[in-house]
Amino acid sequence: MAEKITGAESLVRSLENVNVEVVFGIPGGAILPAYDPLMDSKSVRHILVRHEQGAGHAAEGYAAATGRVGVCMATSGPGATNLVTPIADAHMDSVPMVAITGQVPGPAIGTDAFQEADIRGITMPITKHNYLVRDPADIPRAIKEAFHLASTGRPGPVLVDITKDALQARSEFVWPDTIDLPGYKPTTKPHGRQIKEAARMIVEAKRPVLYVGGGVIRARASKELRQLAELTGIPVVTTLMARGAFPDSHTLHMGMPGMHGTVGAVGALQQSDLLITLGARFDDRVTGRLDSFAQKAKVIHIDIDPAEIGKNRIADIPIVADVREALIQLIPAVTAEFDAHNREDLTDWWRTLNHWRETYPLGYDIPTDGTLSPQYVIERLGKISGPDSIYASGVGQHQMWAAQFVGYENPNTWLNSGGLGTMGYSVPAAMGAKVGCPDKTVWAIDGDGCFQMTNQELATCTINNIPIKVALINNSSLGMVRQWQTLFYNERYSNTDLHSHTFPDFVKLADAYGCLGLRCDRPEDVDKTIEKALSTNDVPVVIDFQVHRDAMVWPMVAAGTGNDEISFARDLAPKWEREDD
Amino acid sequence: MPRHTLSVLVQDQPGVLARISALFARRGYNIESLAVGTTETEGHSRMTIVIDVDEHALEQITKQLNKLINVLKIVEFDDESVVARELMLIKVRADESSRAAVLQVVELFRAKVVDVANDAVTVEATGSREKLEALLEVLQPHGIKEIVQSGVVALARGSRAMGDRSLRSADRTA
Repeated sequence: MAEKITGAESLVRSLENVNVEVVFGIPGGAILPAYDPLMDSKSVRHILVRHEQGAGHAAEGYAAATGRVGVCMATSGPGATNLVTPIADAHMDSVPMVAITGQVPGPAIGTDAFQEADIRGITMPITKHNYLVRDPADIPRAIKEAFHLASTGRPGPVLVDITKDALQARSEFVWPDTIDLPGYKPTTKPHGRQIKEAARMIVEAKRPVLYVGGGVIRARASKELRQLAELTGIPVVTTLMARGAFPDSHTLHMGMPGMHGTVGAVGALQQSDLLITLGARFDDRVTGRLDSFAQKAKVIHIDIDPAEIGKNRIADIPIVADVREALIQLIPAVTAEFDAHNREDLTDWWRTLNHWRETYPLGYDIPTDGTLSPQYVIERLGKISGPDSIYASGVGQHQMWAAQFVGYENPNTWLNSGGLGTMGYSVPAAMGAKVGCPDKTVWAIDGDGCFQMTNQELATCTINNIPIKVALINNSSLGMVRQWQTLFYNERYSNTDLHSHTFPDFVKLADAYGCLGLRCDRPEDVDKTIEKALSTNDVPVVIDFQVHRDAMVWPMVAAGTGNDEISFARDLAPKWEREDD
Repeated sequence: MPRHTLSVLVQDQPGVLARISALFARRGYNIESLAVGTTETEGHSRMTIVIDVDEHALEQITKQLNKLINVLKIVEFDDESVVARELMLIKVRADESSRAAVLQVVELFRAKVVDVANDAVTVEATGSREKLEALLEVLQPHGIKEIVQSGVVALARGSRAMGDRSLRSADRTA
């Protein structure tokens, strides 16, 4: 008979067995037993955050930057409910994450005990799966399954809720050799006949587009994507979740589609006759009004999640598979078609695409009054810090500008909250990314609204030597909401003025947290301020870029309208036809 | 919209019913009828779910259900190849003057009386939804005091069982 250990010790040993290197969390009553053996773990580092939401987003940032499972931990009740936002966020963006929560003792469940919340019930619709563990002997299996579920198939968050008495009681530690989940068998290998059909359709298309989503990054399929694109010469668009999956500098890249996409990328989708959809889900922010989206296009849809296929748009060729495995088979299938001299001439398509690209490039106005343009700041940041840095953004105007103007060359270097749109994601996500990639420069590109939701994690960064850099795009307002008020609410600015050019003083705030605080409000100071931040690596840096507040994100497809109605600037619609036609 | 009957084989674990009903609620689909019970295999439960949705929604529902880790298999029945039954208990007014007429109806529908009082009888009836609706219609003039009914339970006709591969699986994407 092996030695019996506590459930808490079982938990820590299980985390060690699945090679967890870091846990972000906060202790409290119900999870307290787990924190005692955690203190002695040689391989699991625990980082004490200041708010559970920070723990969750840090786990997400770690996962998004490294591709490994992010782990967060909290106590029962409010600790667990504070994780709800990052769990929902991870669910929307398919981030591999395991959340571990303490629960009140088994006999107290259902009695409205102190700090009791039914977190399993609460998180059912926002997790890939979840567990309530009441027996210490079940802990190893639950942890092993949770990490397997989080990281395979379509990745996502898994919550393991463990009662306090299960953490305290003793049992024999048995690490399961196998995983027995008869109801979970993700299809990763594509159907051979479907791949052949897809290849035939690809070589016959006259206006094909590679519509690339975040699944390409999760599946680590960037290399294969590039091979297929270069083999075929087909234009690529990368969605908000896929920025970095294909180099922005690549001549085949038409940029980001969607509500704030480039005219070229939106036009490419709209006028396409074949969407080769890779790990994307026809989100409403990409399609605009569905009934007017890419009406002439046939659709090849490759996704690991069968439920995404046919959900918003019927697929002519559905392929359920890991997108990397599908591409590995698709490339030789297309080559075989080319060898048989089946190939459409894309010259005319490219003439149209290049016309859009040249006529409607991304751009912005420089303010004439000497104040700072937010787009300029972000563009300079991308240029100076470069494509090897990691950029985590919040949600809003600065997010869109960061997606548009940084310039991404590598996967896993652009982290953001795409599906849920969680303000406050940036600082803790950057912290998690920096922990996972300590040798990389990690920027949080944040807004003044977002930053005030989670900036308490700067304390965590300073104390734990996690020197992230924050570029605060401070326009003193909830900028995106303000933009909509400008455009759709007759410039009635109801509750969007944050006064954050004056309160709080972000430089003093940074200083209070032990960070280097810098302020910049003139274009001529931008480069040297960024360089100062880049040369400071012993403490976190916060730059308060005080920018003018009337800048707007363009292009824009207004909510509820079709993509053809895109404006590239206020009241300016592109002409889709070429002059020479 | 056509009615669809799904048979869902699940692992019998705490919370599985909540997962399934919550999925319907969150995706905005109505359950018309749901019945759960144990099966021939220990640790497995089987649910019969009747829904009133179009084909597109049906496909989404089955795909989303299949994503639940505790769901083992889903089969969609069409009306011709299925035996479907539900149970109804009906408390109907029946005094001395009407009792004979009520009992005649009960006999005609091959239902049975399971409780008798001075002025009422309780009738147990099983059958298809159509049969039970017809029974209710005939009993209506006597005065129905109360009814309660179970969800539909259904099995495929013939010798094949749900565990057999030959039954049409409801997840149709390759």
